[in-house]
This record gives sequence, structure tokens and C-alpha cells, in this order.
Amino acid sequence: MEREDIKSIIESLLFVADGPLTIQRLGEVLEGVEKEDVRSTLDELQAELENSRRGVRLVEVAGGYQLRTAKVNADWVKKFLGGRPARMGRATLETLAIIAYRQPITRAEIEAIRGVDVDGVINTLLDRSLIRAVARKDVPGRPFLYGTTPEFLQLFNLKDLTHLPTLKEMEEITLPEIPGEELPLESGEEC
Amino acid sequence: MTTRVQLEIFEGPLDLLLHLIKKNEVSITDIPIATITEQYLATLEVMQTFNLDVAGEFLVMAATLIHIKSRMLLPMADDEDDEEEGTDPRAELVRRLLEYQRFKDAADQLERRELLTRDVFVRSAAPAEEIPAPGFRDVSVFELLTALKRVLDRLPKDVVHEVMLEKITVREKMTELLDHLRNQAKILFESLFAEVKTRMEVVVTFLAMLELVKVRAIRIFQEEATGPIQIEAAAGIENAPAVLAMPDPEEDQHGT
Repeated sequence: MEREDIKSIIESLLFVADGPLTIQRLGEVLEGVEKEDVRSTLDELQAELENSRRGVRLVEVAGGYQLRTAKVNADWVKKFLGGRPARMGRATLETLAIIAYRQPITRAEIEAIRGVDVDGVINTLLDRSLIRAVARKDVPGRPFLYGTTPEFLQLFNLKDLTHLPTLKEMEEITLPEIPGEELPLESGEEC
Repeated sequence: MTTRVQLEIFEGPLDLLLHLIKKNEVSITDIPIATITEQYLATLEVMQTFNLDVAGEFLVMAATLIHIKSRMLLPMADDEDDEEEGTDPRAELVRRLLEYQRFKDAADQLERRELLTRDVFVRSAAPAEEIPAPGFRDVSVFELLTALKRVLDRLPKDVVHEVMLEKITVREKMTELLDHLRNQAKILFESLFAEVKTRMEVVVTFLAMLELVKVRAIRIFQEEATGPIQIEAAAGIENAPAVLAMPDPEEDQHGT
């Protein structure tokens, strides 16, 4: 297969895919094509879409590759799609930030940081699949420990958790370590 | 009174404290505890005026502040066999504020990313999330309460207590406010209260405004952090009749 053919096939697969496509999955479909070639073809495609200012861009998100609309066209796309579901409120965003940086973390630990009850917010985040219970903490009551999901990475356009923006350092103050062992859930897996 | 403002709009006592610290332009690590405590308690009072459900957390923080304030007044006891020996009574609060501030910043950073369904979309994309118009910032509840306190402070003190049931309903005020917005694109928050004479009417006007925000008929915003608070019609004022067809927020609060 010629390189241009591979690129064309990959573009088609990305177009029909439901979510971010991993190199692994692309490799399975494109039998006989080296993973390295898949990766470099993806890079090429990404650069082409970017450089020719196309309406869709190829982004690396949540461990895979996905076609997304260009940010400059956001208003037009929104006009076309219509609708206006509730935007993410401060409480939701702050709670999500705490979970993202401190995962795995219990409800009580989040409440200690925010200074308010977070039951409602946690339920919203669970409903929206942005967080999930990943384990139980080995302390009395065995509370759930929460972590973020691949949907979280997709929503915030993150390749993986190591790409979270760096937390600002707190001057002169060091944070205490959160004690307690973690017990993995049977179904729990890393995202 | 059953008209309640949902508590989620308050981010909690730490948020209120950070707001006061910022407003007073003081350092988190060296909080003038007397001033901040006083302003914190004053804000709670305003919140209670409106029967806002002042959550237990706010009261716990009030107690903490008063406790710190009293400890600051005591001389440092060097010989005391205390585990808190020699530490600034504010240290724990400072630690919590800094940590909370850190996550507020993190939340801001996350929000600035290219958000799916706000900035970028995928095929079979979910409907767009609502985003605020550029150039404006949302007014926080605390700023709103501070502005309201200014209005209340301007009122003449109620010298005589007139026993008179003046029927100004929240609904009437909502209609009035929407009428204003038909003639003017924007109105100033303070001008809402220009003609208002009594505390009760201030409260009713304020509640009417909150009701309209709740049903998304109006928006409240500032163009800059210290700028005047302004009010404008939200989507289209033609939705107004629908708004007024909503259940009267006052229906179940007669006799207050």
C-alpha cells in the first residue's frame, strides 16, 4: 500500500469512528502496516489539516486520535447545532479540578478542600461520566475513591492526565500527604 | 417566606473569604482578621435578610474566625505545653485558603482549554454548551450582595414602624423590570432602587431580579471587575409573557 492510500484510509476511519481512535486499533484494521508508519501518517495528516486551515483538525485526545472542528469555527457550528444546555458551573468545575489533580480522592477529602458539601456535584459528575468510583479507601466506612474518566479527557481536550495544566505552587506551604491505603475495585481500571 | 436561592450559587465560606481578601487588597498570608471577620459577618447578615439558606459551613467558618480573632488578642504563651505553641492562629486557615485558591486557579485553567461542545465539536456532536458573551464577566453573588448592602445602607433608618401591608409583589416588580428593559437595552443595578423607599421594597425588587435571572429572562454582568453592575434582557424580551406565566414565586408566602 502506498503511503497516500494509508493516509486516505486512516482519514476515513477517523471520520466514522465514534470516539478517539488508538494507534493500536488503527494498526489492527490496517493489517501489515507498521505502527510507526501509522503514527507518522497521523502526524502528517494532522499537519496537513492544520497548515491548510481546514475546518476539521486532528487532535490527540484521551489516548487516541480524533477529528474535531477548528476552534475558529466554533460560533458557526454552535449556530448550526442550536441548543443551549446548562454550562458547567463553578462548583462543578472546581470539584472536577480537585478530583483531576488529587485522584483517587474521597468525597470527604474534596469537602475538606472546598469547605462545602459536594454530594450534589459528585452526582452530577457521575451522571455526566466525567468521574467514576475507582476504588474504596481502607479507612472506616470504606468510602469510595473517585477518579476522572476518558470522557473527562475528551471534554477538556487532554491527551492524558500527565498533560493537565501544572498546578501553581503554594508559597511556603506544603500540603500534607493523604494517608490511607487504596483497595482497588474489581472492575476498576486506569483511564 | 419560601422563595429560596439555591445554595449552589455560593461556592462556600472559603470563596466568600477569598472574595473579601481580594476586595480589601490584603495578603492571604497576613489577613487582618478583625476587619475580615467583621465583613464576613456583615455578609452573612445580608444573606439572612433574604432568607438565603445560610448553610452550616458558613456558620462554622464564622465561629472559626471569631476564635482566631480572640486568640490573636492573647499574648503568645511560650511556656505553654501546647502543640499549637508559637504558631500563628491563622496558619490553618491560611493553608486552607491557599489550597482552595490553588484549585480555583486550576478550574480556571481547565475552563480556558478547548472545550468539547463549546470550542470544538466532533461528528454527531452534542448540542452546544452555553457560553457567556465575550468581554463580560459574570457577577458573583457576593458582589451582588455588596451592591445590595449599599442600597440598603442608603435608605433612611426606619424610625417609625408603620403597620401597613403594602402590596408590592415580586411578580409586579418582575413585570416592571421587564418593562424597563423594553425601553432600555441595559439598566444599572443601582438605578433599580432609585425610587425605592422601604427595606421591604428593596427586598422585593431584589427577589424579582433574582427570579428573572433564574428563569433566564435577564442577565447580570459587569464589564470590568470594579465596574457598575448592569442588567440586560437575556434571550429576547419577547419571551417575557412566558416568564410571567410561570407560577407566582410569591404564591405561597403570603403573610410574611
